[in-house]
Amino acid sequence: MCPAATLSRLALIEARRSGLPWLLIAGAAAALGLAGFLSQVALTESLQLQTAIAAALLRACAVFIVAIHVATSTVREFDDKGLELVLSLPLSRTAYYLGRLAGFVLVAIAVATALALPLFVWSAPGAVALWWLSLAAEAALIAAAALFFSMALAQLVPAIASVAGFYLLARAIGSIQAMASAPLAEPTLAQDLARRGLEGIALVLPRLDAVTRTEWLLYGTPPAGEFGAALLGLALYALLLVAAGLFDFHRRNL
Amino acid sequence: MSRDERALSVVPGWLWLALGAGLALQIGWQATGKPASSMEATDLPPAPRSAALRLASFGEPQAAARLAMLYLQAFDLRGGRGVPYRRLDYARLTAWLGAILETDPRSQYPLFSAARVYAEVPDPARARIALEFVYHEFLKDPDRRWPWLAHAALLAKHRLRDLPLARRYAAAVDHLTTSNDVPLWAKQMEIFVLEDMNELEAARIMLGGLLERGRITDPAEARFLRERLDQLEARIRGSGSPAR
Repeated sequence: MCPAATLSRLALIEARRSGLPWLLIAGAAAALGLAGFLSQVALTESLQLQTAIAAALLRACAVFIVAIHVATSTVREFDDKGLELVLSLPLSRTAYYLGRLAGFVLVAIAVATALALPLFVWSAPGAVALWWLSLAAEAALIAAAALFFSMALAQLVPAIASVAGFYLLARAIGSIQAMASAPLAEPTLAQDLARRGLEGIALVLPRLDAVTRTEWLLYGTPPAGEFGAALLGLALYALLLVAAGLFDFHRRNL
Repeated sequence: MSRDERALSVVPGWLWLALGAGLALQIGWQATGKPASSMEATDLPPAPRSAALRLASFGEPQAAARLAMLYLQAFDLRGGRGVPYRRLDYARLTAWLGAILETDPRSQYPLFSAARVYAEVPDPARARIALEFVYHEFLKDPDRRWPWLAHAALLAKHRLRDLPLARRYAAAVDHLTTSNDVPLWAKQMEIFVLEDMNELEAARIMLGGLLERGRITDPAEARFLRERLDQLEARIRGSGSPAR
């Protein structure tokens, strides 16, 4: 087995032994319980409400679990001097980084799969399949982002805060741009500068508001072109994150 | 006991006491406090812009719209069921409903609430505000929103006894809907309005038609509408004469 594959396997074993499956079960149960409770007080659209709330919570749960798992695992590797040990072996930095990333991506896919399963109860299988595929891609992207920030910052709290900020901004940037482009008052120079600044920020963020959409579960699947374009956007951004992570890792004096 | 834990007997006695006292204090404090459900009714705050709701939803507008509806719904109940909706500022209420509908335009929840809940209050001024809201939102998507305006037409005739208003709504359903999914009885709402039919008969025909065509699939909605029909039947039976 090649060293990168061994590292991937180790990441999977670590996920299994660190109680991740139990966390998934608890997360899914909490999301379904809350959605079930809220649907009981709805006067109409109770099934849609249940689906929408459960999907939103399961999505957040998947991303949160993947980000925390990747960040803690990576920072622990730093703190235990495991990284120095591995790099003393005949293994390139690229192989190490990609091997770890591949393992985390597999964990992300497993997490997305486990958390998408409950939605088959309420939604059409085709819609859930697309939602799952999109969630798996989104979770994989977050794994790449968490690895990048953890390797770059080497401390747990700053790494998690950075991933959280990145994720929330990427999900809200579309709405922020829409608000900035339609101001209530007369446009001023400051507003124009702010709008252009936002456009600049949006250029270096993935459009996470375009993926894993609850409306696919409620109102039908998206056109194939739209879905493909959204996933392609994630893939391109993942490439950017991997390149940036490798660039930083190769520069690091360890 | 796992290998990481020591026996319970090694925990000092004062720590047992502290844990028990802490738990008792917490439960006592919570038990003597005022329950959340008995809090004073507060005014409905001004409605947010739909853009703000979208921003707060972090890309989940469908979930946010439905949560906002539950929030709005809970407002009516906070003052107790004795005086439901009476304290609500309907201008703010319809602004909220509009913002929620704009956040998820395909959700039927805001229009359902406007037509079936907020328009059925005994206060005619408030009912008219809710009905006009339904009418204006209907104009934006007639083929999807016609059932609420059809109900609004019946309310205008039987509750407000405003025949011109009822005919305006019925004519709008007739003239502005283009989809083949709109049933014939809905296209002929004006006949409903003009016919000498009591409210119960009209409601039965309308709900029967909706159920038959599979437009009401949600169990909560079907239950709610059945209850409303029963209430209407009891009210008409109690008053002794059919409401014309």
